[in-house]
Amino acid sequence: MSEAILTAETLQRHYEVGGGAFSKPSTVRALDGASFTLEPGKTLAVVGESGCGKSTLARVVTMIEPPSGGTLSIRGKEVGPEGASRDRDLRAMVQIVFQDPYGSLNPRQTIGQTLMEPLKLNRPEVSAKERETRAREMLRMVGLRDEHFDRYPHMFSGGQRQRVAVGRALMLEPKILVLDEPVSALDLSIQSQVLNLLIDLQEKFQLAYLFISHDLSVVRHLADEVMVMYLGRPVETGPKDEVFSHPRHPYTQALLSATPVADPRHTKNRIKLEGELPSPMAVPKGCPFNPRCWRATEECRQEFPPYEGERHRYACYHPIED
Amino acid sequence: MPLLEIRNLSVEFSTTSGKFRAVDGIDVTVEPNDLMAIVGESGSGKSVSMLAVMGLLPWTATITADVMAFNGHDLRDMTAKQRRRIIGRDMSMIFQEPMSSLNPCFTVGFQIKESLKKHTDLDRKGRQNRAIELMQLVGIPAPEKRLNAFPHQLSGGMSQRAMIAMALACEPKLLIADEPTTALDVTIQAQILELLTSLQEETGMALILITHDMGVVAETVRRVQVQYAGQKVEEQEVGALFDDPHHPYTAALLAALPERATERRLPTIPGVVPGQFDRPQGCLFSPRCRFANAHCKAVEPVQASPEMGLALCHYPLSHGEPTNREKAS
Repeated sequence: MSEAILTAETLQRHYEVGGGAFSKPSTVRALDGASFTLEPGKTLAVVGESGCGKSTLARVVTMIEPPSGGTLSIRGKEVGPEGASRDRDLRAMVQIVFQDPYGSLNPRQTIGQTLMEPLKLNRPEVSAKERETRAREMLRMVGLRDEHFDRYPHMFSGGQRQRVAVGRALMLEPKILVLDEPVSALDLSIQSQVLNLLIDLQEKFQLAYLFISHDLSVVRHLADEVMVMYLGRPVETGPKDEVFSHPRHPYTQALLSATPVADPRHTKNRIKLEGELPSPMAVPKGCPFNPRCWRATEECRQEFPPYEGERHRYACYHPIED
Repeated sequence: MPLLEIRNLSVEFSTTSGKFRAVDGIDVTVEPNDLMAIVGESGSGKSVSMLAVMGLLPWTATITADVMAFNGHDLRDMTAKQRRRIIGRDMSMIFQEPMSSLNPCFTVGFQIKESLKKHTDLDRKGRQNRAIELMQLVGIPAPEKRLNAFPHQLSGGMSQRAMIAMALACEPKLLIADEPTTALDVTIQAQILELLTSLQEETGMALILITHDMGVVAETVRRVQVQYAGQKVEEQEVGALFDDPHHPYTAALLAALPERATERRLPTIPGVVPGQFDRPQGCLFSPRCRFANAHCKAVEPVQASPEMGLALCHYPLSHGEPTNREKAS
């Protein structure tokens, strides 16, 4: 096992919402106690449904928002509650690619300007000429052509825009790339092109990926480690094969069984989950999954279960045995 | 007699930059009690063709077809008034975004009862009872209470259930579901798909599922029609389609699925779907096709035999290998 480049211990992010003149503000525990490590050249995939805190996790790791509890350290340097707002080098190490390539590129900037901007802001010592050379190099690296340099985002398709977004994220030579649903807005035939690009870039630069997705077939293909989250808490983490073939947490099992398999002969052995996802404003007491869980007992309603296991960790009082 | 029969349907939009052909000569045949899917990527014309059937396209669209008949009625030269007697009663549709397709100003109950008022002669009390019955049918707990809820008070899954209840209000013979689960989480998606298929079985209505998700297709329907750039390129039973796709596009699409990958790098389809100005000569898929030759790039293909999945290809594939090659050369 190589050395971790990013370590998170019981990372939390709570928000206070509401609260007028006569009512107390309530707390949304968007992210509540996530612990994980990222390693160079490896991919940690975060899966879960809406409201599970995966996008909040992305924002905290990218230091867009400071954590409100727990510790986050990158290359041994700790990111405090103030965040890394003063530490440019630290921020340059972690970059993000967003889901929607139509919304994340500035329509009034050419592709070249978009690629050069990170350098302009963070590396003022680099000359304008050098900036352009590097941007053109990056353009080729992400599979676009030289003549695209002076074009505007609206002239590109979704897949090409996502390539530009990946290129922009790599301009500062980061060590960690946070990918927040990078392919879910793309068509299937384009999706595979972008996934291949991500695989190639990871090999080339030994990047650590935090890959956020709800598409389990993509995760299964790309990830090394998987973290399953439910209402702000990781409920199961471990090596991909272990988690996919021997899920221990009932939620993981339900999620896997609910995912449609593109094989008509696949026998459906679906676990039907009752009810809806609770709102993150009112997370159930104890294990957050207990109201929908078919194995839940009194114990589950009282307290969040402790994590068990070494590399394959799960938080459940009644884990599934093989 | 088929329930819905469409022959050579084309839809053109007049835009500021000229005519844009979104649907290009599509055939659809739906029998009563059918369960089929229309699959395609964005721009394949799958939604537009069904919106044309429903009469929901804006005035900029020009719809032409050789045959467009539903249940014995010719849909082509129908007045809006006549059409409204069928739409919502015998044929209804649910849409992708449940949150934005319900009217935020009215309660869910009002919106369900609206179509009952229009199409049935139930009295006020009868409508109320039917609405409650429908809410139970689609699995909404505490229906009496939920009838008075506004759309923003329901979650995504619940809104989609309410949409389904609305669509089912008059026991339609045909339900068109346009990406009904794309905006929903997987565990909720599983619930909704199960609901749709079990309702289809119970009521005996025909169901057309429009989707881009091959997993949903494989698990839900019996028959699949694949569309590309406004054309129908293939039609097969679901099992046969996944085993032996006859059109190179279908084959490439299936190969690009991450779960079918054998190596770390995925097989890709080069290029993008042609747009308004770069529609190629000959076969529309030829610039991206692995098997294309000069003939494909010059001459438009014709439909192959039903054994070859009606593939719109000069050399339809059989077990991954192009056929008819010798004959051409």
